[in-house]
Amino acid sequence: MNIVVCVKQVPATQKVDVDPKTGVLLRNGIDTKMNPFDLVAMEAAKKIAARTGAKIHALTMGPNSAIEVLKESFALGANEGWLLSDRRFAGADVLATAYSLAYAIRAIGNVDLIICGKQTTDGDTAQVGPEMAEVLGIPHISWALELEEIDEKGLTLRQDLTTKDAIVRIDYPCLITVEKSMYQPDLPSYRLYKAGKDLKIHTLTADDLTLIDHTRIGLNGSPTQVERIFAPSSNTDTQRLEGDIDNIADKLYTILKNTKLLKEEV
Amino acid sequence: MGISIDHGKCVLCKVCLSKCPFNALELKDGKIEVNAACKMCRICIRSCPEKAISEEVITNKTNIDKDSWRDILVYVEHDNKTIHPVTFELIGKAKELAEVIHQKVHCLMIGYQIKDLAEELLAYGVDEVDVYDDEKLAYFRSDIYKDVFVHCIDRRKPNTVLVGATVSGRSLAPRVAAYYKTGLTADCTILRMRTSTDLVQIRPAFGGNIMAQILNTDHRPQFATVRYKVMDKAAREIPHGKVNIIDTEKLALSSKIEILKVIDKPQIEGIEDAEVLITIGRGIKDEKTIGKIEKLAEMIGAEISCTRPLVESGRYSVYRQIGLSGRSVKPKLIITFGVSGAIQYTSGMKNSELIIAVNNDPKAAIFDIAHVAVVADAGEIVDRLLEKLGGQDA
Ligand SMILES: Cc1cc2nc3c(=O)[nH]c(=O)nc-3n(C[C@H](O)[C@H](O)[C@H](O)COP(=O)(O)OP(=O)(O)OC[C@H]3O[C@@H](n4cnc5c(N)ncnc54)[C@H](O)[C@@H]3O)c2cc1C
Ligand SMILES: Nc1ncnc2c1ncn2[C@@H]1O[C@H](COP(=O)(O)O)[C@@H](O)[C@H]1O
Repeated sequence: MNIVVCVKQVPATQKVDVDPKTGVLLRNGIDTKMNPFDLVAMEAAKKIAARTGAKIHALTMGPNSAIEVLKESFALGANEGWLLSDRRFAGADVLATAYSLAYAIRAIGNVDLIICGKQTTDGDTAQVGPEMAEVLGIPHISWALELEEIDEKGLTLRQDLTTKDAIVRIDYPCLITVEKSMYQPDLPSYRLYKAGKDLKIHTLTADDLTLIDHTRIGLNGSPTQVERIFAPSSNTDTQRLEGDIDNIADKLYTILKNTKLLKEEV
Repeated sequence: MGISIDHGKCVLCKVCLSKCPFNALELKDGKIEVNAACKMCRICIRSCPEKAISEEVITNKTNIDKDSWRDILVYVEHDNKTIHPVTFELIGKAKELAEVIHQKVHCLMIGYQIKDLAEELLAYGVDEVDVYDDEKLAYFRSDIYKDVFVHCIDRRKPNTVLVGATVSGRSLAPRVAAYYKTGLTADCTILRMRTSTDLVQIRPAFGGNIMAQILNTDHRPQFATVRYKVMDKAAREIPHGKVNIIDTEKLALSSKIEILKVIDKPQIEGIEDAEVLITIGRGIKDEKTIGKIEKLAEMIGAEISCTRPLVESGRYSVYRQIGLSGRSVKPKLIITFGVSGAIQYTSGMKNSELIIAVNNDPKAAIFDIAHVAVVADAGEIVDRLLEKLGGQDA
């Protein structure tokens, strides 16, 4: 049995500020790490592999430096790493990303289960997983809360239905995205990390993906286009309370009372 | 291919390398190259002192007939008994968008024993509601719900499809959008329609304090998901529309997902419906001040909410987090203490009616959206407010 865990490299700090005048992003450092939600996906894969003896493949699409995230995945228990990297993938939106990843999964071959994180901390769409399942023509469960049963044929899991939860059964091949609460991710193991140095990382370019439609990858294959980026607008008539603290408190109290929103007895 | 670099003009100053927020530019064999991490934010184009970077014209676009895709379709979120209020907000927005292009607003409703529930939608000025009512559709299952969605879209050919960014909406919308090989923008905070029928989709993006304006000009339908409490609810009007019960017999409705059991879950503490909210941010460092703010909340009848760092530190449950990866809220009054005003936070609350922000940094970004900017130490303000409130009680 083969499990693919989709992992993405994201900026380690969330401190990306914008120059208010030029609207240019100011990046503080270029540290990267594995998307924290994908750590949970890795952990779920490990639990399933422990039960089924499955092989865990970590797959990422990104620049060549994203090889680091695969090494990280070795330290978390992955057996093989797959890096999908090619400048022709640049500028991919959700659809083009999902499409490219789906073809990489086909290239890996004989994949029974795909596990994605709930969402990424940089893209934050939670859409790549379900779109990939659609491209592959397999069923999916998003934001699985708990794994109830694991066997060679499929999974029984708890799914959030907003006002209710459902216990559902899904057979392989399928894709799941996992909620953060499912597992407390393990700390990366140095022993596995060191052992991982000898593990195999396969690099795939667009040419290695047979039958891929080159008009559907990268920017050209992306239906959505970012037309512009801009700093958010601000409220122009802000009332400022500054200076003497007692004075500020008095004014604030009056404003609050005048809203008539405070609890009756106040 | 998007970003193009004129190696003749490039002097390898590497300014672009340091400006790119995504590490998408690399120095390779003595040349700057764009790699797969590029998000087309175009910051490199603007930052290059030599003007060596430019945008290549995108080729390969389909030429769709936009006129054959008409009207706006709203997906109705419900639990077979109650319609989720995000639906009425989507209808409100859909009516506004439809008016620009003189088109109609339709709804799609999938479930079991929901025919009466569907009638409720007409009171919000919807033109037609397509109802797929079948025992097999009693609970959300991504595969057969997609099949039904596709049936409806093939029938209606809508220009735009709006889906609530609920748990199931965020599972279903991408599946359907991928089927149509079209774009989907998640968690839009602003939507506008152009007379060309192109939907302008705006959302916070790139993990920074920045908004991205996204278009999907060459594909139809245009898909967008929107969070609860971001748009305004549709006004009620005299119903003029109708409900269509669609025959589900002809649909195969065979799912690979088997529902073994459905479990009621306790109503989780909600901050979405509170009229008055207080947000505690990372600026509130000591437990004593947090305790005082909680006391204040109790006295004025406010619910406590928080920013992401307080969820990460385990102080509050994720259900109390406001923002892009938390909840969206639109209360009558929100008071923030020690919140800096990152866009990921403000995008979840900036439509609140009255925003009062307390922060000791006179330049805090939260003041850009606040109606009342209180430049002061949060602890001191809370002490004084408690004093005044307590004093009145006595
Ligand atoms: C993809 C993505 C999604 C995200 N989603 C969310 C989300 O949903 N919700 C969310 O909240 N964040 C989210 N974040 C994180 C967000 O970018 C900010 O890091 C976060 O909102 C900051 O929280 P804060 O304002 O509480 O803390 P800080 O930014 O640390 O601000 C603390 C503020 O307190 C002030 N302060 C300090 N001491 C005092 C005092 N004594 N009195 C008064 N003021 C004081 C400081 O001046 C400062 O402005 C997300 C980030 C990313 C990248
Ligand atoms: N470039 C990528 N490479 C590998 N996996 C990805 C990539 N982008 C997204 N994913 C997977 O899809 C999930 C959801 O991502 P997103 O839709 O960006 O929120 C992530 O948690 C990953 O598992």
